[in-house]
Formats: sequence, C-alpha cells, structure tokens
Amino acid sequence: MAHKEMICIACPMGCCLDVEYDNSIISVKNNSCKVGIKYANDEIYDPRRMVTTTVKTNLAIAFLPVKTSKAISKNLVRNVIKELNDITVSSPVQIGSVIKKNICGTDADIIAARNIS
Amino acid sequence: MKSVDVLVIGAGAAGLAAAVSLKENSIEDVLVVDRQNFAGGILFQCIHSGFGLHRFGEELTGPEYAQRYIDMAECQNVEMLLSSSVVDIVSKDDIKEVIILSQDSGLVKVKVKAIILAMGCRERNRGNINIPGSRPAGIFTAGLAQKLVNIEGYMPGNEFVIVGSGDIGLIMARRLTLEGAKVKAVLEIQPYPGGLDRNIVQCLDDFDIPLYTSHIVTNICGSRRVESVDVSEITDGRLTPKMKISCDTLLLSVGLIPENELSITAGVSLNAATAGPIVSSDYMTNVPGIFACGNVLHVHDLVDYVSDEASACAKAVSMYLANKLPQDKCIPVHSGNMVRYVVPSTVKPQCDAILKLRPVAPMKNVKIKVVSDRGDVLKSKKLIRAIPSEMITVQLNDVPTGCKSITVYFEI
Amino acid sequence: MSKKYDIAIIGAGVVGASIARRLSRYKLTVALLEKEVDVSFGTSKANSGIIHAGFHDTPGSLKAELCVRGNTEYDRLADELEFPFERRGELVVAFDEEQQQTLYKLYRNGQQNGVRYMELLGRERTLELEPNLNPDVLGSLYAPTAGIIGPYEYCFALVENAVKNGVELLLSFEVAGIHKTNNFFSVESSDGRSIESSFLVNAAGLCADRIAAMCGMNNFKITPRKGEEYLLDKRVGKLVRRVIFPAPKTNSKGILVIPTIDGPVMIGPTADDIDDKEDFSTTKEGLDRVFAFTSHTVPAIRVSDIITSFAGLRPVPSRNDFIIDKTEVSGFINAAGIQSPGLTASPAIAEKICGIILSCGLRMELNPDFNPKRKAKIRTRTLVENRDYDTLGKLIQSDKNYSKLVCRCENVSEAEIIDAIYRGHTTIDSIKYATRACSGRCQGGFCTSRILQLISEHAGIDILKITKKGPGSELILHRIDKGHQ
Repeated sequence: MAHKEMICIACPMGCCLDVEYDNSIISVKNNSCKVGIKYANDEIYDPRRMVTTTVKTNLAIAFLPVKTSKAISKNLVRNVIKELNDITVSSPVQIGSVIKKNICGTDADIIAARNIS
Repeated sequence: MKSVDVLVIGAGAAGLAAAVSLKENSIEDVLVVDRQNFAGGILFQCIHSGFGLHRFGEELTGPEYAQRYIDMAECQNVEMLLSSSVVDIVSKDDIKEVIILSQDSGLVKVKVKAIILAMGCRERNRGNINIPGSRPAGIFTAGLAQKLVNIEGYMPGNEFVIVGSGDIGLIMARRLTLEGAKVKAVLEIQPYPGGLDRNIVQCLDDFDIPLYTSHIVTNICGSRRVESVDVSEITDGRLTPKMKISCDTLLLSVGLIPENELSITAGVSLNAATAGPIVSSDYMTNVPGIFACGNVLHVHDLVDYVSDEASACAKAVSMYLANKLPQDKCIPVHSGNMVRYVVPSTVKPQCDAILKLRPVAPMKNVKIKVVSDRGDVLKSKKLIRAIPSEMITVQLNDVPTGCKSITVYFEI
Repeated sequence: MSKKYDIAIIGAGVVGASIARRLSRYKLTVALLEKEVDVSFGTSKANSGIIHAGFHDTPGSLKAELCVRGNTEYDRLADELEFPFERRGELVVAFDEEQQQTLYKLYRNGQQNGVRYMELLGRERTLELEPNLNPDVLGSLYAPTAGIIGPYEYCFALVENAVKNGVELLLSFEVAGIHKTNNFFSVESSDGRSIESSFLVNAAGLCADRIAAMCGMNNFKITPRKGEEYLLDKRVGKLVRRVIFPAPKTNSKGILVIPTIDGPVMIGPTADDIDDKEDFSTTKEGLDRVFAFTSHTVPAIRVSDIITSFAGLRPVPSRNDFIIDKTEVSGFINAAGIQSPGLTASPAIAEKICGIILSCGLRMELNPDFNPKRKAKIRTRTLVENRDYDTLGKLIQSDKNYSKLVCRCENVSEAEIIDAIYRGHTTIDSIKYATRACSGRCQGGFCTSRILQLISEHAGIDILKITKKGPGSELILHRIDKGHQ
C-alpha cells in the first residue's frame, strides 16, 4: 500500500488530500467534496489537466482563446499545444463552438472561449 | 448636459455585475464607462480557467466569464460608453459632475446622483519593491506580459525568472512554458507561496519549475537587455547570496494595488491597509453618493467574489437612491490580532454586514472572532486554515446598537 | 563622399544641444553628432533638473561665472522653447553650528559670484517656507532665483529648435575615429558613416577625454561619478516647494530633496567615483544612504513612497573646473568636464563657445531667418489639473486623439504620443521623457503595449525592432509562432 499527499486542484479550495492506494484507491482523506476522490484517482493513475491557450485567427481579434472541453491526459498537453499552433481560424466563431474535434485523440474537443466576428 | 442616476466607472468584472444588479433592482438610468473599446476588462487576457465555480457552478475561462456578464448587461439594456475615460468628478451637494473624455463623443459632462467606482487595480512594479541594479529592457509586470502573449501574440522573452508567486505569476509561468519559453525560477520573498496551492501544482510542479520561497533578487544585471539576476536567500532577516541566474527577462508578480487616482480626485479617503476607499458596510465612501466595489476597493482572489460584492454594492446604491440607506452613525471595525485588513471599515447598528478579511500570515486551526467594544462576541468561526491569499468572509447579522467599535481578530 | 560642415559638435546632451542651438542663429552649417539613439540619453537625462542660483561654486571659477550667467537666461529660453520652468528657489538647511557656519560661507560665495536676492533665514522663517522640514532645523540659506526644469524636455526643445534652424542631427553616430587633414576634421562613426568639418566641438560628456585623445590630446581625464536618485509618488509631491540642500561637504552638493517640474519629489543623488562609464546600476546601499539623509531632513518621506529609481554618471574632470577652451589642435574646442552646475550653465557655455569660435576667425553672420520659437504640444494633464475643460473640449474637437488617454497615471493622450513620435522620438524611453507616459505610478504596466503599437504605426517600425533605449534593448523578442498552415 502506498501513501501520498496531494493538493486537489479541482477548485480554488485547494484541499490537501491524504491518499492511500494500491492497484486502486483505498482511501482519500481531507477532501471537502466528492470531486476530491475523483481527482485523487485521476492524479494517481492518469493525471489530467484542462488546457487553455490561443489559436491564431485572421479576423478582427488576432488570437482566439480556446480551451479543451474536458481535462485531458497530462502527458498530452504539449502535443495539444503543438497541434493547435498549426491551426488558423478564418471565419467568425461564437463562444462555445468547436474549433477542433477530438484533439490528439484525447476525445476532448477544442472550444472557442470568445466570440470573434 | 447629460444626466443619469448612476454612473459606473469601469466595465470589468465589478462594473458589469454592478450595472446588471442595478437594473435588477429597478434602477433603469445607468451608464457604464470604460476606457477600453470593449467591456470585460482584464478578464479577456486571463485565458486560463478557474473562474465562475462559485458564481455559475462551472469552471470558465476569463473571456467566458466576461461574456456571461456582457450578455446579461446586453439583456438588461445597460448603456455603455466605451473608449472613454473619466478624468474628474466634482461633487456639488447631492449632484456630481463627471468629466469624461470619449473617443466618439468628445469631452462629455454628465450629472449623476450616484457613482460606483469599479476601476479595478494595477500591478506593483519594480520601483515599488526597489530591486537594485541596472535598467535594461526585459523587465515586465506579469499582467503586461500576459497581455502581450495572450492578446497580441508577442513573446517578451525566452528565458524568464519570475519574482513573486502570486497567481498571475504562476499562471504566466505555465503559459510561457507552453509557448516555448524557459522559466528558470519563481522567487518568493515570503516563506510561503503567494498564490493558490492549486496553481503551485498545475503551473509549477507540472513543469518542474522551481519555486524558491524566502528568496529575493538583489541585483539586475545587463545594460541593454536583462542578462542575469543575483538572488539571495532570507534567513532570520539576513540576506545570504545564493546564486546568479542567467535570463533575458524578469517578470514581476509582486501584488496588485487598487487603482484610486480618480477616487482621490473625487475626495474619497483611502484605507492605508487596502489602498482602497474607506467604505461602510453599504459600500459608500466618505463622499455621499460615491460607492466602491471590486478590486478598486480591495484586491480579491476570485472574480466570483468581485461579482458578488458588486451586486451587494448595487443593491445599496438602489437603496441610497430611494433614500432608504440607514442614516445611523457608523461603527468602526478594527483589525485585531493577525488580521491584515477588514473591509468594510465601518458597519451600521441593526444592519447586516459582510466582513471580508485577510490574515497576516498562514495559520492552521484558528478561530476568527468578531467582538464589540463591550466584549460581546458577535461572531466566532472555526477555520481549519487561514492563508493571506484566500479572503475570509464573515457574515454579521443585526449589528447591536450601542457598541462603539468592533474588532475582528484571530484566536490562535 | 562625406558631407562638409563648418562645425561639428560631438554630443547632444544639454551642452552640445545648447551650443547647436546657439550656432543655429548664424549662417553656418552645423552637424550635431550623438552616439545614442536619442538626444539627452547620456548624462543629461539623469540630471536632477535644478537651475542653481550659483552660490555653491568657488568664486573666480568658470563654474561660478557661467552658472550665475546661465541662470539668468532661463526665463527667456523657457518662453522661446516652451519647456516647463519654475523659479522655486533653493534652501540650504543647517542642523548644527558647524553647518550654520557653512551657510555663512556659501552666502559670501554667492555674494562674490553675483547671486542676487539671497537671504539667511532663521528657524521660524525656514519652517514657514517649508513646513515639512525637520523642526530641528536651525536656519537656512535661501536663494529664490534657483529654479527647476525638465532636463530632457529642455534638451529635446533645444535640439528641435536647432534642427528647425538648419542644424543637422546625426543620431546613433558613435565617433570611432577623428583625422585632421589640412584644415578639416574627418569624423568617422562606428557604423561607417563619416562627416567633415572645419571646427570640432567636444561636448562628449563622459567620453570627452576619449574624443580629445583621438586628436592626440591626453591632458585631462574624465571620471564617472555615480549619482543614484529615487523618485517618489506624487502623494508626497507637495511636501516641499523648493529644492532642499544639506550644508555641503566635499565632493558634491550632498543629497537633496528636489521637487520636479512634473510633480513628484526626487531624492538624491549619491556621489561615488567609479571606473565603469556604463555602470548605471542602483544599489541597496545607495538607497539606504539617500534615505538616511532625506528622512532626517523631511521626516514625512517614506521608503514605500518610491515609484522608481535610476542612476546617472557625472563627468568629473581631472582638473576641478569646466574645461571650455580652444586647444593646441587648431579648430578643436573643448566643452568638457561639465558636471554640476552644467545644466544651469549650459546657455552661458554655448555663448562662450560661440565667442571662442569667433575668435578663431570663423565668419559668423547672423541668419535672418532664425526663428527662436519652438512650440510645445499642449498637455492633457495640464488642462485636467487646471480643470480647464473648455480648452480640452475644443482641443478634442480639433484633434480626436486628445480624447484617447494612453497613460492613465499621468493623463497622457494619444495626441501627445503621436506628436512626440513625429518629433523623432521612437524608443519607449524617449516617449517617456517627451510625454511622461510610463513615468507615473504604474511605470508602463498599462500603456507600454499601446505605445509599441503607436510607434510601429506612425514611425513604420516593426514591433520587434522597437527598443527601450537603442539597439540591443528590444522589448519583444519574437512573435508567437502560430498558424503556419
């Protein structure tokens, strides 16, 4: 059985989780909500992160802020950034529209975080 | 001369929320002024997520959070005067005359009954913390770098050292790393990090960026462009030279200061601890009819709290316009043991008040206590931890009549 | 082929600029050579901006003579060139008997030098004039003729007017070699440009010894003397009205409290002889020294009031006076070793140099088209401070850019920044000195990106090439490489 302390990053609370695990999570302590349990599980077996960045446009606003539709595997973050560097948005988008589906095979989409006309 | 009931100065998180809430409180004649050509303020350059959990129950990016409020303002037909700067406020009895320089309308004078100050804050800079050394190019505040990178697409440097572990600095460490820069170190003068723990984890630890607490830059080297910085460790109040880090850019994330140039012009008195206006629990400053909320009042850690405060402020303004604000004498609120500041500076008898405060240093298992001068405990609240980067809120209900002052302190 | 001039002046600080403007009254061809990317970027830009009354300097010295004479020129100059100038007065304060004695000595100096209207004041009168001084003050020497100006604005104005009257300004012209052939100096720059001139005026500040050596003269040496200065928030701007001096000790006038023409108070400078002519760093030790003194003189000043700091290097000559004379190399004239009170003396130095050139036999015919006037751009902040909204309203009607505030700390409009760009100021520092944008509380945090855009747009410079203060000080290192498809 292994033991690990970690800061839950799911919200600004920043609970300091006390996690016991083996091939699966045995116990999570000090969490303020159930999101902490999921976070602990992910963090130990498949750490995940939201990605926020910009993509180039040739519209009125030169860079469009975007985000992943959900957290993706931490080790794919740089691949996502790299792939997005090759994209140029050339027609107006609404906040929430999908810029790229299933980025890097993560099953997450890239979503526009701003309206651009 | 144009006249409106309420003028909101600033269309950022605070200003937008205040305007929307004014409308919800049936104040129709509202004008929001902002110097930028868009509403949303600084949120548009904060492209990271972490906004809105409290307010909307979901994690949004800065631009998304801004858009929610812009949509609400549009829905409520809030009138906006963009690309316009307020340069002066002159109070004459109950009416205030506001001077605005507007790109579309020229010099505009507006007569108003009430004003909500919502100008936000600015970053502390090199001069404020007196870093010795030369004066080369390559020294930026984190917010300026954020604007350059996220809005304009420019990289101000390749190899960075970041001074200060406030949230903007941490967020920028990650952002710059993802855009291909090398962040060599984050230095923090305090023995504990300045930003939220979650940002230490996802912005520094994820990228193996070292954080040195109790460290400062003692010298900036390089005549034209930054070449390196000398770093010392602080132990028991003494400096020990530690290392020279070569870098071409120094990023400063050393705190925010409420932006109150205009408030001072308008005769508003400031609180030395917050650098924001002295306000009563109804957010009114010492100048009747001038209110303040958001980061211009005190620097918040979460935008959600800014919006909440702005809504509460707007509600008080609507009562002021209806002549319903309690006229009672104000009871001063003092910062006691381990409390860095409390907002508001005064409360009113028989009224409710929300006290917002920050501790001087991180503490665990403490009790926050609110007591009157007569020794009555008005509120007592246990906290597992209290840290300076997280604002603490205490709700006071029905402040008793007859007390002359109130003190807020930590019992440790 | 290189262009020939009657006179070339090396160095466009206040000394070179004053000489250039003075010479532009005549029908002469004049070149003004500056190694930096803008004028005043050497010693002048770090000047404290004081127009001294002239009691500090030893009677009989060139310093004393030219300081007192220069002082009297500023009302006319400020009127002609529209740079800000106010005769605020100087006050030397004494806190003990020994310092009192020094005041008497300075008073006698001043009398001999011809300083007018000086007064020795007792404690009460001193505190009446400056109520925020330490009440332990015993008395003071008051010289009302002293004034304050913006040193770089003065320098910019002089050069602008000189250029308008025909002087040619060559920037980024770092003199790499000087050759005298027949009656001509051939002056080469490090980037390969060259010019020729009959006369060469050495106003090269810190480098004046190196320039003289290029012509074979090694009879003086210039040592940089560093002065650190600290600028305080405008909150404390009204603490003192006059320039406050300590009773001086040896190598400098001491650490002062200086109201600046733009509002904030400056404190400093230190005075340390150093070796490196490029060392403009400030130090913790310097800050401590400045504060130890000023917090005694004006107790209300706090370290937390500092908004920025900088260091300047004064060119200290091996002989203890200005070096203003012709030399053994005919046509080569020195205006060297001009440390304090060089700014004050600069109009008189220019006059003296003209006299020397005339005595060397150059025909100097007055230029009938000489126009002494230079128009300054109206400042938004001045109108806002004076609540003169009628004028501001009209100004905005005639130029919409006056409604766009770029610098929110100092109320600088886009109109003023664009104007400065068209007057030739295209670095971030020059815009700062010309307009005050970036010099307020936020120190450029809000306005830098807009100023970059404006310079790029109006001067046609790629953002990546815009510098803080010349090549090597670019602000943006590269564009984020996105969207290559």
